[in-house]
Order: sequence, then C-alpha cells, then structure tokens
Amino acid sequence: MRTPPSLLSLTVESALHNLCNISDLSPLPDHILLDLFLRTLQAGKLTEKVLKLFLATGNDKVLSLIEALNIQHILTPVLPTTNIEDNEVDIVIAALHSDLTSFMIEWKPVFSRFHLIIVKDPDLSEELQIPEGFNLDVYTKSDIDRVVGSSTSILFSGYSCRYFGYLISQKKYIISVDDDCIPARDSSGALVDIIAQHADNLKTPATPFFFNTIYDPYRKGADFVRGYPFSLRSGVACALSCGLWLNLADYDAPTQALKPGQRNTRYVDAVLTVPARAMMPVSGINIAFNRELVGPALIPALKLAGEGKLRWETVEDIWSGMCVKVICDHLGLGVKSGLPYVWRNERGNAIDSLKKEWEGVKLMEEVVPFFQSVRLPQSAIKAEDCVVEMAKSVKEQLGQSDPMFARAAEAMVEWVKLWKAVRSSQLST
Amino acid sequence: MAAGSKVSPTPLLKDELDIVIPTIRNLDFLEMWRPFFEQYHLIIVQDGDPSKTIKVPEGFDYELYNRNDINKILGPKASCISFKDSACRCFGYMVSKKKYIYTIDDDCFVAKNPSGKDINALEQHIKNLLTPSTPFFFNTLYDPYREGADFVRGYPFSLREGAPTAVSHGLWLNIPDYDAPTQLVKPLERNTRYVDAVMTIPKGTLFPMCGMNLAFNRELIGPAMYFGLMGDGQPIGRYDDMWAGWCMKVICDHLGYGVKTGLPYIWHSKASNPFVNLKKEYKGIYWQEELIPFFQSVTLSKDCTTVQKCYIEISKQVKAKLGKVDEYFNKLADAMVTWIEAWDEQNSSGGLSADATNGPAK
Repeated sequence: MRTPPSLLSLTVESALHNLCNISDLSPLPDHILLDLFLRTLQAGKLTEKVLKLFLATGNDKVLSLIEALNIQHILTPVLPTTNIEDNEVDIVIAALHSDLTSFMIEWKPVFSRFHLIIVKDPDLSEELQIPEGFNLDVYTKSDIDRVVGSSTSILFSGYSCRYFGYLISQKKYIISVDDDCIPARDSSGALVDIIAQHADNLKTPATPFFFNTIYDPYRKGADFVRGYPFSLRSGVACALSCGLWLNLADYDAPTQALKPGQRNTRYVDAVLTVPARAMMPVSGINIAFNRELVGPALIPALKLAGEGKLRWETVEDIWSGMCVKVICDHLGLGVKSGLPYVWRNERGNAIDSLKKEWEGVKLMEEVVPFFQSVRLPQSAIKAEDCVVEMAKSVKEQLGQSDPMFARAAEAMVEWVKLWKAVRSSQLST
Repeated sequence: MAAGSKVSPTPLLKDELDIVIPTIRNLDFLEMWRPFFEQYHLIIVQDGDPSKTIKVPEGFDYELYNRNDINKILGPKASCISFKDSACRCFGYMVSKKKYIYTIDDDCFVAKNPSGKDINALEQHIKNLLTPSTPFFFNTLYDPYREGADFVRGYPFSLREGAPTAVSHGLWLNIPDYDAPTQLVKPLERNTRYVDAVMTIPKGTLFPMCGMNLAFNRELIGPAMYFGLMGDGQPIGRYDDMWAGWCMKVICDHLGYGVKTGLPYIWHSKASNPFVNLKKEYKGIYWQEELIPFFQSVTLSKDCTTVQKCYIEISKQVKAKLGKVDEYFNKLADAMVTWIEAWDEQNSSGGLSADATNGPAK
C-alpha cells in the first residue's frame, strides 16, 4: 500500500497550481518556501511574475539558489519572426556613434535571432560600446584596410562604411538601418518587426509593369484589381525593399529647416512596387535587398566634398539608389517602397547643416536627365556588368561637368573589382 | 518644397463642379450623401428604359437625361454613347458646363475612416485636384502637398512645383473592384485596409482606372474621358473605365498632367454577380493582353497639342493596330472620333438648350 501524501505536500501542490492567485509568499516558513520554489522549477512554472514573488520574500536560500542557477529576468520578449531563416539574413549596421547600447537594446526583440555585421566608421576614434546578447561581428578601420587595401578604404568612410558590410556578407538578404533609429509601433501599438516585413517584401513578387491601385496584391486581404492584365500577375523578383520613417522623416536640410516642427505621424499601411522607369530617392536609413540579385549595384560612389555625419549632409544613398533603380529596371527586377516603418530619433540641427556646404542638392538637378535617359546594353545581364556599364555612361556624360562624377565613375569600377575579389576569395575558402 | 505650411480650408467649388451619376434603378443612395452633395449640381444619366421615372430625392439640384434626351441632343452622334451600361455616364461629362466632374456609382456609400468619422470623399477629391501632382519623380512619402508631408531628401528641387492634376482616382472599402475570375475565387474577400495615402502614378505607367469614385478636371482632360462602346449590342462590358483610363493616362503623360490615386475611400456595398461579370468581361480579359502593349507603345507627335488632337491620333492607331484583333476596335475607333466631334459641338459657344432635359433647369 502506498503511503498517502501528507497534508503539507498536498498544500504545497495546491499552492503550486494556484500560484497565479497568490500575491504574497512572505508568510511562508523558509523550508516550505524553498520546497515550493524547487517544485515550481521542476514543474516549469517559473514566469517573470512568479520570479518576482519569490524575490520579494527576501529569503536567503531562495535568492542564492536563483543566483547559482543564473536565473535572469527577461527584459524584453523576443519577437518570433517566422518568415525568414536565421541563416538567410545579415543585419548590417554602420556605427557612426560609439555608444550603441541603447540602439541595440531597443532592437533586441527584433534582431537577437539574427547575425549582425557592425561596421565602425573609420573616422570614429572612440571604442564601440555594444551590449551582450547578440550574435555579431564587428569590423573596424583595420579590417577594412586589410580586406580592401588602405588606398581603397576611402570609399568606406562615414555612412558608406555600411557598404563594407554588404561586401563581406555571404547571406542572401541584407537589412540595414541607421544607428539613430529604433523600432516603430504600428497603429495598433504593436512593435514593427522590420525583419519580417522586409523579408515579406523581398520574398513576394513585385509588379513594376502595371500599377495595382490597391497596392501590393500579394498582401493578405488584397489582390489584383479588375483591369490588371493576367499575363503580368506572376510579377517579378523583388530586389530592393525601401522602408519609411516615423517622427523624423528623411527630409533634406532646407525642408527640415523650413518646417522645424514637422514630424511624420502618418502610418501608411501599404507596400507598393515603384513602377519601372520611374525614378525615386532611395533612402539608406531603412533598407533591405537581395544581395545575390543586386548586391554589387549598391555602390559607395558619390561622396560630397563637405559630406558630414548627418543624413542631411550626404547623398551617397541617393546616388546609389538611382543606379540600383536603373539596374533593376534593366534586369526586370522590382523595387518596393512603403512598410516597414522605423522610428527615427531627433538628431542634429537642420539649419546648421544648411550652413555647411551641401552640393548634394545642386547635384541632383544635373543627374536627373542623365538617369532618365541612360540605357544599358542588352549584354549586361548581371548586376556587376550593369554597374560597369553605368560607370562608363557616368564618365562620358557627367564626368565633364563635375570632377565629382568622374570620381564616382572610378569608384563604381573599383567597387565591382572589390566585389569580385572578395567573392572569389570567399568561394575558395 | 511644398508650398504653404498653413492649413487653409478646402474650397467647396460648388459652382465649379458637377456630380455625374449613371443610374438604372434608383437614387436612394443619395440620401446618405446628402450632407456632402446637397450643395452641388447633379447630372443624372438614366440608363435603360427611358419611360421609367427615376425619382430624385427632394432638395437636390439636378439635370436628368434619359436615352431619348441623349438621342435628341446628339442626333446620329448618339451612337457613341453606350446603352445598358454605366458607360453612358460620359454623356454627362460632355454636357456639363463646369470645370470639374465627380462621378460615383449608385451602390457607393459614405465610408468611415479608422477613427470612425464619415469621409467627405468630395472634399478629398477637390484637395487632390487643386494641388499639383508629381509624375516625373516618385516621392516615397507619397503626396508631398498633403499636410504633414513633404518631398524627401534627394527629390530634385526643379521638380517640386509638380504638374497640374487632371484626375483624382479614389478607392473603395468593403467590396473590392475585382474582375470576375478573382471574384469567383475569393467571393468573401473584403477590402478592410485603409491606406492613408494619395500618390501620383508616375509618367509612363499605366493603371486600371475604376469609374466608381472618380474626379477630374474637365477643362484639362474632359475629351479623353470617353467610356467607350459597352453594353447592349457590344461584345464587351466592364471595360469602359479601363479604356478611358488608358487613353487618359497616355494623353496626360504626353501633355504633362498628373494622375493621383488613393484617398478618398467610399464604401462599396454591392457585389455584382460574378457569372454575369464573367460573360461581360470574357473578351476583355483576352483583349487586354493586346491592349496593354498597344497603349504602352502609343506615341503622340508634338503636333498633338490639345486633348482632342491626342485622342483623334489614338483613334487612328487603334484602327491601324487593333482592328486586326477584332472588328470591334474599328467600331470603337469610329466612335472615338464621333465622341470628339460631339464634344466639340456641345462645348463650343452653341451648346445645349435647357428644355432638352427632364429635370428642373438650373
């Protein structure tokens, strides 16, 4: 005959099953408290709330057990991004600030599953501060010099240091955000998982040849509208996904200076394909792309003489974006724009940026007719060939008007050489 | 950058805008629109049996045209106006004397925005039409002229004045504007996503224009808004607005006008019978595959300086290139010419006499 359970053990069992209704464990004698704690662990019922209950008792034995077992609070839950494998994506962060602690903590729920490539701006002298708990590799000036040679490393200063990350990554997808952005919240208050959304954008087809009036037809609850040709409904591969920004939108310095209080509060719940042959300003602040399809086409080529460390003072991404769009149009690949949003923190003073020399704005005027009319030869069927052809056209048609363009053309050619060199050394290892 | 950071109230334009409504049943839906439409003049185009009386709710100022009126006013040219199809609405565009037109279907009601407020669709269309478009360069924050938005970094300053807006294409919540095959596969799908954006469709890009919730600047693009030969005696239906949209977009691209799409939303209440729709659309689904490359490759010469000239030129190319797809396109090309002739007749100083209508004269 089995020994019947004692009244005490029955009570502890009962307490275990009703932990959620207990608000205070301090009246319990020490040995019973310890027993309850051990049974809680065994039953797998230790949640954040229950842990707090036990900690509040101040019982030494329980506290030392917690420390010995290294039980830690979960500060933020990890979002389950389900539509992309960990080994498919690299998150590339250009560190223009040395203290990345708050940035990384904010992004932890979204990033912690994935591999990060952090590239430190070679002009940044301080040591980077990065919190624990991430799977990452950090690259600094010495790494850049080692891989590309110190004469070419000039390509990778400032915001352009991220291109080094694109260069050495071996993943299929790259997602990149500026280090002054944090996750946004959508209209229901939920945290926006930019990885999931960019992945969705890149993994579903794009529709550049005909505009669908209810935007992305592959989104749940949407489809192609009446009048959309059936032969175009399978779409094309999406190579680039351009996200947007809440709070501080990506305006240029004059616009932000004129409207210092303007903040973007409008959450537009849409992803759409930017039609073929339509030009657009591609912002590097929140971007993702299929590295296998268009990796070489994102180019650190155009450097302003007065380029600074604020987005208002750069056009590297705009130039790169114009090239990528032309190349995507040529190769029959799609570019999407819209979701996901990030929240961009306040930084810098637009008026101060205005005072600096910003040729970027003038430059855009000259390049628009060029990009509208540039055509790539049929023989260019891979992204790197397209870049080389574009570089030729840039040199011929724009090189005369400003030496900056001639330098950009050279940088583009240099970049393709680098890309190929890194690629082949990766394949041989 | 976008002009003016002050938010000024949207002008009513009540003497400059006509609301054109095609109907074959009744106009009960107008009751819901009363607070938004009451101040405007309505042009009602009654399709189907002209002996039937369509009752217009009290208090609206309107003209009403039935088939007999259309025949009387246009004489033999009435052949270009469809019968037994909402395409007949374009007769209303032709006889209007106003600068702007808003057209809406009789199964479209007032929608609510995400905060639960009734959407004044007409007000949004007016905003869209009165602010410039940006067809030459895509702005990633959508319409830069909306409050709270602007041109993004990298947008050329020389393009920030934009182009005049010719068309404002609104959208629909609830029953989406799907074709018959899609309706058959997804009979329960409803459009519940409110996308808070207006954007310009880039130059050189075609789109499917839906006539359910549409506004345009009649002075800029009116003659291009011919809704074709549909319905009774025609091999095709439900492509009227599509046809007008493709012709219109090619002409707008040529003349440097903009087309906006997005807000406002209306609530589309009636799902038409997908089997009936399939019969109507059937040929269109095949012909579409020829039509799209045709429109994508239409070129208009520099001499085409007016909408009418552009339109006549397109009709010639329709005859030349699409006549071999089906005899229908020869008929359509002729009808396009008839339309322009009728338009010019009705819109010269001669114009329309008041006693040709059935409704109270304005």
